[in-house]
Amino acid sequence: MAERKKLALIASQGTLDWAYPPFILASGAAAMDWEVAIFFTFYGLPLLKKDIKASVSPLGNPAMPMKMPFGPEGFQNINWPIPNIITSNIPGFEGLATSLMKKTFKNKGVATVQELRDMCVELEVQMIGCQMTMDVFGFKKEDFIEEAEIGGAATFLEFASDSNVSLFV
Amino acid sequence: MADYTVKQTLDCSGLCCPMPVVKTKMAIKKLDVGDVLEMISTDPGAMPDMAAWARQTNHELLEAKDEGGDVYRFFIKKTH
Repeated sequence: MAERKKLALIASQGTLDWAYPPFILASGAAAMDWEVAIFFTFYGLPLLKKDIKASVSPLGNPAMPMKMPFGPEGFQNINWPIPNIITSNIPGFEGLATSLMKKTFKNKGVATVQELRDMCVELEVQMIGCQMTMDVFGFKKEDFIEEAEIGGAATFLEFASDSNVSLFV
Repeated sequence: MADYTVKQTLDCSGLCCPMPVVKTKMAIKKLDVGDVLEMISTDPGAMPDMAAWARQTNHELLEAKDEGGDVYRFFIKKTH
């Protein structure tokens, strides 16, 4: 068999919406027999925690559609224009938006971030936590899933140096 | 339609990208070389994705059928 292709990803965002792309691409590539590594840094680092608690922030995110995951189809397709004054000032709005997004994703058959990460583990995707960010934010290796490794810029760059695809998410 | 001796049927109905390719990969891993896997998906994206998956993995996509009503049926032969 020909030499395996390689995908090198940096996951730098920790919100629910931005947690998806790295895990979708990683599991997709691993499913195609590619060798995959994800480097989790800055706000992406908590995605390595045993329990992922990512939420979505509608604040300052005007492109985000707000949809209702229940009711007739026409109702579900409405994009609710929620002004920033509400998304930023009503306590609990972020939690509401997060649960609405999770419900909508579930209704549409989208896997949860946790499920996608489990797939990545099963498909032997290499997951590297950024040592520097761990020090800054006070994370310990024990906070993360067992499969997580720890490394720095050089670790990622060495893997990325001969990768076919490198993406920063 | 050709007749295949299907070793296993994998139902990915209701699942979105990337689950059809991920589950196909996991199912193929457990089969023997020469076995045929039938995979059913309701994700229209599975049509181009399974074609790409087969090109990348060098397994043989024997047939990809759009059966209408958002049902897609694939027959994949494990080649290695």
